[in-house]
Amino acid sequence: MKADRKGILTGKHQLSGSQACAEGAFSAGCRFLGYYPIRPSFGVVERFIERCADGDGVFIQMEDEISALAAVLGASWTGKKSMTVTSGPGLSQMMEHVGLGVMLETPCVIVDIQRDGVSEGLPNAPGGGDIMQARWGSHGDYEIIALAPNSPQEMFDFTVKAFSLSERYRTPVLILSDPGIGRMEEEVTIPDLKDLKMEKRKYFRGNKDSYLPFKYDEKDLVPPMVDISQGYRFHVTGLTHDERGYPVMSDECQEWNVHRLVNKIRLFTDQIVEIEENQTEDADVVVVSYGVTSRDALQAVRQARKEGIKAGSLRLMTVWPFPEKRIAKLAQKIDGFVVPEINFGQIFFEVERCSRGESETLFVYHASSQVGQSADILKSIKKIAGNKN
Amino acid sequence: MKAIEKEKKHPMEQLLRMDRIPHIWCPGCGIGNAVSAFAEALDKLEFDLDKVCVVSGIGCTGRVAGYIKVDSFHTTHGRAIPYATGIKLGNPELKVVVVSGDGDLVSIGGNHFVHAARRNIDLTVICVNNFIYAMTGGQVAPTTPIPAFTTTSPFGNFESPVNVPRLAEAAGAVYVARWTALHMRRLASSIVEAFNRPGFSVVEVISPCAMYYSRTNKLGDGLDMMKFYYENSTIKHGEPTDNLDIDYQKEIIVGKFVDRERPTFTESFKSWQKE
Amino acid sequence: MHVRKREKPFGFEKLSKPKGELVIIEDRCKGCGFCVEYCPNDVLEVSNKYNLMGYHTPEVVNKDNCVYCGFCQMICPDFAIFCAEVEPEVQEQAQAVDETD
Repeated sequence: MKADRKGILTGKHQLSGSQACAEGAFSAGCRFLGYYPIRPSFGVVERFIERCADGDGVFIQMEDEISALAAVLGASWTGKKSMTVTSGPGLSQMMEHVGLGVMLETPCVIVDIQRDGVSEGLPNAPGGGDIMQARWGSHGDYEIIALAPNSPQEMFDFTVKAFSLSERYRTPVLILSDPGIGRMEEEVTIPDLKDLKMEKRKYFRGNKDSYLPFKYDEKDLVPPMVDISQGYRFHVTGLTHDERGYPVMSDECQEWNVHRLVNKIRLFTDQIVEIEENQTEDADVVVVSYGVTSRDALQAVRQARKEGIKAGSLRLMTVWPFPEKRIAKLAQKIDGFVVPEINFGQIFFEVERCSRGESETLFVYHASSQVGQSADILKSIKKIAGNKN
Repeated sequence: MKAIEKEKKHPMEQLLRMDRIPHIWCPGCGIGNAVSAFAEALDKLEFDLDKVCVVSGIGCTGRVAGYIKVDSFHTTHGRAIPYATGIKLGNPELKVVVVSGDGDLVSIGGNHFVHAARRNIDLTVICVNNFIYAMTGGQVAPTTPIPAFTTTSPFGNFESPVNVPRLAEAAGAVYVARWTALHMRRLASSIVEAFNRPGFSVVEVISPCAMYYSRTNKLGDGLDMMKFYYENSTIKHGEPTDNLDIDYQKEIIVGKFVDRERPTFTESFKSWQKE
Repeated sequence: MHVRKREKPFGFEKLSKPKGELVIIEDRCKGCGFCVEYCPNDVLEVSNKYNLMGYHTPEVVNKDNCVYCGFCQMICPDFAIFCAEVEPEVQEQAQAVDETD
């Protein structure tokens, strides 16, 4: 297993989801990991550290998750692609810095291997408890991008995509996974460098006196960035700021700045959202799912089809931004949505909201102990099909 | 000091963001003195300013990052040190300076202060200690002496204050010094030494807070506090840090207390990577 | 205390005392009084005039006393005062400098 010059292990490997995630990060060019160890996220960290040993990566185990994300944000400004790995309680701690990352428009990736339950919960069980936290966790107005892989191959691909999106939109990007995917071992194909599609960071190359840190491009609302030590002598602050980066305490500035931060992603939702649909063209019941649950959902859909029910599956590859338009359109022609989640209802509320009462929405509590089985999802599919009759 | 042309330009202006001067600090505030000493130190060092980065937290002292003309970051409360750690590890050639207040560094940021010192991350920390949380309205700080009055200790503070040099030494800092806002030349020299010392260096600057600390406690204004420092500060280099507690309106011991060598985090990391 | 009359320092024919001229950027001053208090030669006093912000700025009252020590420039928190060096005075071999009895 030899890495090539760029640190990419091109070829076919038998990897767990966590290992694939670390490989994805290294292949994407990530060379800084700041983390705090929390169950069940070790797998990613261990693999990354192994790669650092014979490479040029830097890792540091910080004293808590708060400082882990702070270090990641700092390292990003030196030009390094950086990431952190955590789980639910850690993500809660990181929320202030997610806000800082959004405000300073710092590209970085946060890998969240979700565990089950509130507070300490079940540390080793797969969970889906951070879906809403990923979107609304930090205070104030912002938009975020979050991806939900459902296999080790997707762990690799989505990690590369997460870095690419974070550089393109100059924002923190989350990967919402769980130990179900993290521990699953499957064959992962790592492509060649030339086949890895990655957006590059947009740099300012102009005159040193004319740099304005937040002067954005009209076509994509993203300001070009610089690294520290390139001589631009910039100042950036988490306070509401104008294009010079200086704090300006006024409503106009808030509107100018914060609304742009939201629109930067909101207006480009069509380019970011990715969903995978299976047999939804003629479906009466659609199962909306993400992550490890989507594997069980697909199984339930297939079984339902065998039993004569026209079921389909819509898998969220990007959880945020949410595919509002697609759900609204589907709601108009189907009888109902079934939303299985390893939580007590998070994306379910989004589906319900977007369907605007045009169709029924049924929530399925797909407990972590039921990962790998699809009986409960099938039961709900049948319920909606039965209701129609 | 260089001889200059007789024009209305302060010699430190190339180090300041002149489009934001005059700054927001109150008349008689010692933060301006800390900035002046820092500018003086940068001038003496003749370091490539493109490679200097200032990170600050929240608070009155936290605003320092906005006035110094280098790549600077105004981050979240208490987290300037981990942010600076990320910057230093991302690009070890940079000289990263953390300028922040006592509340930001040893209260909410206390955990990060201790660990960065333990790891000996190559940072220079300038802690401006005015014994109070000034920006948010004069609340009690972990450095407020007993029995000072503040807005959240209206009957006098009863909590024992933290001794910043002692905390820094115990955590593993390689250079620890304390000066007041009055000892300008020695403060500038200390900052130069802290820069040149690889590892976690702390320079504490005792500063007047004319708006809150000295006014609420009827100690006068900034100038009266400076006069107090003149009468009551004693220079004792090498003094053991457990003797450096600051009691209310009593003697303040200043000087250079710790100056030692330890391998920095980057050095240790690199030697691990080679093995 | 008897002080020996100063003799010629090594290498110098004549003594020269540095001399400085102060430049006060009045609208930056916040009237804190540090420069006035800590000038070692009493060059400055608080004036009666107001600047744009309503503070009393310092004014030079003993111009010839300034020895270009630079302390006012260092201690001003607002970067509102600085010192420019002027041609140093050349004095005759000091006979009566610093006699204290």
